[in-house]
Amino acid sequence: MATIFGIDYATLWFFIIGGLFSGYAILDGFDLGAGAWHLFFKKENSRRIALNAIGPVWDGNEVWLVIGGGALFAGFPVVYASVFSGMYIPFMLFLFSLILRAVAIEFRSKEPMQWWRSLWDVTYSLSSIALAFLLGVVLGNVLMGMPIGPDFEMQGSWLQFLNPYALMVGVTTLALFMMHGGIYLLMKTEGKLFEKVNVLVWRSILFFVITFLLTSVFTFLDVPHMADRFLTHPVLFAVPVLALLSIANVPRLVSKGRYLFAFVFSSLTMALLLLVVAIELYPVIIRSTIDPAWDLTVSNASASEKSLGIMLLFAAIGAPLVVAYTAFVFWTFRGKVTLDEMSY
Amino acid sequence: MDVEILARIQFAFTVAFHYIYPPLSIGLGLIMVIMEGLYLRTGEKVYETMARFWTRIFALTFGIGVATGIVMEFEFGTNWATYSKYVGDVFGSALAAEGIFAFALESGFLGVLLFGWNRVSSVVHFIATVGVWLGSMFSAVWIVVANSWQQTPAGYHVVGEGLNARAEITDFWAMVFNPSSVDRLTHVWIGAFLAGAFLVMSVHAWYLLKNRHVELSKKAFQIALGVATVASLGQLLSGHASAEGVAENQPAKLAAMEGHFEAEGPADLYIFGWVDKASQTVTGLGVPGGLSLLVHQDASAPLTGLNAFAEEDRPGAVNAVFQFYHLMVAIGMALIGLTLLASWFWFKGTLFEQRWLLRLFVLAVLLPNIANQVGWFTAEMGRQPWVVYGLLRTSDALSKAVTANHVLFSLIMFFLIYALLFGLFLYLLNKKIVHGPANDGDISHRQMQREMVRQLPGQA
Repeated sequence: MATIFGIDYATLWFFIIGGLFSGYAILDGFDLGAGAWHLFFKKENSRRIALNAIGPVWDGNEVWLVIGGGALFAGFPVVYASVFSGMYIPFMLFLFSLILRAVAIEFRSKEPMQWWRSLWDVTYSLSSIALAFLLGVVLGNVLMGMPIGPDFEMQGSWLQFLNPYALMVGVTTLALFMMHGGIYLLMKTEGKLFEKVNVLVWRSILFFVITFLLTSVFTFLDVPHMADRFLTHPVLFAVPVLALLSIANVPRLVSKGRYLFAFVFSSLTMALLLLVVAIELYPVIIRSTIDPAWDLTVSNASASEKSLGIMLLFAAIGAPLVVAYTAFVFWTFRGKVTLDEMSY
Repeated sequence: MDVEILARIQFAFTVAFHYIYPPLSIGLGLIMVIMEGLYLRTGEKVYETMARFWTRIFALTFGIGVATGIVMEFEFGTNWATYSKYVGDVFGSALAAEGIFAFALESGFLGVLLFGWNRVSSVVHFIATVGVWLGSMFSAVWIVVANSWQQTPAGYHVVGEGLNARAEITDFWAMVFNPSSVDRLTHVWIGAFLAGAFLVMSVHAWYLLKNRHVELSKKAFQIALGVATVASLGQLLSGHASAEGVAENQPAKLAAMEGHFEAEGPADLYIFGWVDKASQTVTGLGVPGGLSLLVHQDASAPLTGLNAFAEEDRPGAVNAVFQFYHLMVAIGMALIGLTLLASWFWFKGTLFEQRWLLRLFVLAVLLPNIANQVGWFTAEMGRQPWVVYGLLRTSDALSKAVTANHVLFSLIMFFLIYALLFGLFLYLLNKKIVHGPANDGDISHRQMQREMVRQLPGQA
């Protein structure tokens, strides 16, 4: 296959997709996290502020999921087809939660009735929690491998995807997003709400550290091949080490009141953890728990070289544009949240 | 019910529901750009007021468009996995391009459009409005290119066989500019402009009938009327170009659209009718040789009939394709009639006194939306039994790992959630319309919010 700087197109695309999903986790992660916190805020005004903290940006954040999914479809159509159809029910639950969250955000403040707003507040929060959790469940199953059989079709019932390990990763992802979202809210709020979020963020840091340690332990037990790549290429141990240092840096920076940096390291943590996953998996994308002959790999599941080449060109042109739009929007809405007649 | 029919119903339902919203985003986007552009040009506050009002409505349609659109992106993989594997190179790359170039642009600038009125200069805000509109236009490009490739595949070759067969790109530009892309994209864009323009006219006609926001509504109505008149005439030309393309590239579809069965006989053009597949007759008002005239400029020229194709290679629902197609054309003609009539009165200066006409415009909002839907039904049902014309059958394109029970579950859930969504959409749309543009003596949104906040005690 053709290469750029000695790396073949399919491998490049593997890492680009990883980058897109990391970007998605970093961006939608904080608004899902903010949503998960929502019911902890009791005052109407606090809830409106917390909602409007993500108001102008949540839609743009979600686009990274669309781009990532599209990139997966285009680059590794067999993976897209096998996983999306094989995990049908979990993906449908994800879609329903996505729709309900969008609706809740949009409709919540449009009526003054207490019951209306409470209903949509609960919907918004529960769907945010469900989304964070489901993303983790998918990741957990990617790590464990999936029952892929002949013709790369998924075997067995969907309930197998709700195995203890995947559920554990789901909870850890929720904890990580809540920490991440909490730090974002620290940057965007002031006064009493800020003080409340401050207390909650420390709880979420603790929640994340505990769940992360538990998940790490269970990863060594349930996913034994996890360490293989790192043992054969010890220099790669730098990545998980950096990830751990990054996690450690978050509470340090929060305690110093340097919230933007804390957010940066929280983001870096996500990127590094996903990089660990990518390093461990490559060149396999989805491991078959039935027979390695049915592993979905970078070579057997990819689109044609020509298509990948075109996609790389799109990515090269599009990526700087996307980064520019994103930066522009966040810059425009920098600072603490203020409510006006256009707000949610 | 079997898994194939359930999957088809689900796809048809989810995509038809989704397609209520993107045309409104594209059409309202254009009108918002014009309104805000006029504000920047003239400095007249009335244009800013109408732009802000329509932004609120736009936000509603856009949000639902996104939510229902993500469903579509996932649904290719969840329910049509074999199709996804087959077309990943082609369809997948177009979809990815849609995400990178279109969605990122519109969703990125959306935040500034909706919430940035007081945060950025009016020029920067206008750029954001243009950005959102262009983003929506680009997304139409890529999805229509992808769907057009399904209709008239080009720039590819097939590798592998059986379940592992795939279409691989050989020529990217040939794939993008396949024989039907340009015609269909134009047609989709104009259909969207019509949907937006008629919504604007409907709302402002209603205000005029109620004697509310009169000066603003007159100006807004005129803007939309201008767009609608040009668009409805353009749509006729565009439709003709598309139909010529269908005649050449998808003869079975054209034959179904007009109920033409006889292989190689000259074809009649029906104004309306009813197709009886069993007896292969159409009962209705036909212009003898009319279709042959349109396609070949010769009323006696033969046209490929449905019988030229084996039963399993041609659309099954012939009468449905016929009816949907004729409904779309009838609406198209009605829109031309309405807009020309209104333009005539506008030219004479008596448009806003024609209360009967304004009432028609209030109701006419439904027309472009129906036309957009039935047009797509024609295109997609007429393409059957193929999902990629001539290459892959719909019945072979299903996900093997998904059972009928799975799809029944998701179909019921979609039906319930979308029913809720649609109800809320209509309720909120109505509320925003009744509330009207701000600064007109009605209780402002901000005032309502402040009162709400004061009423609720408690800690953070």
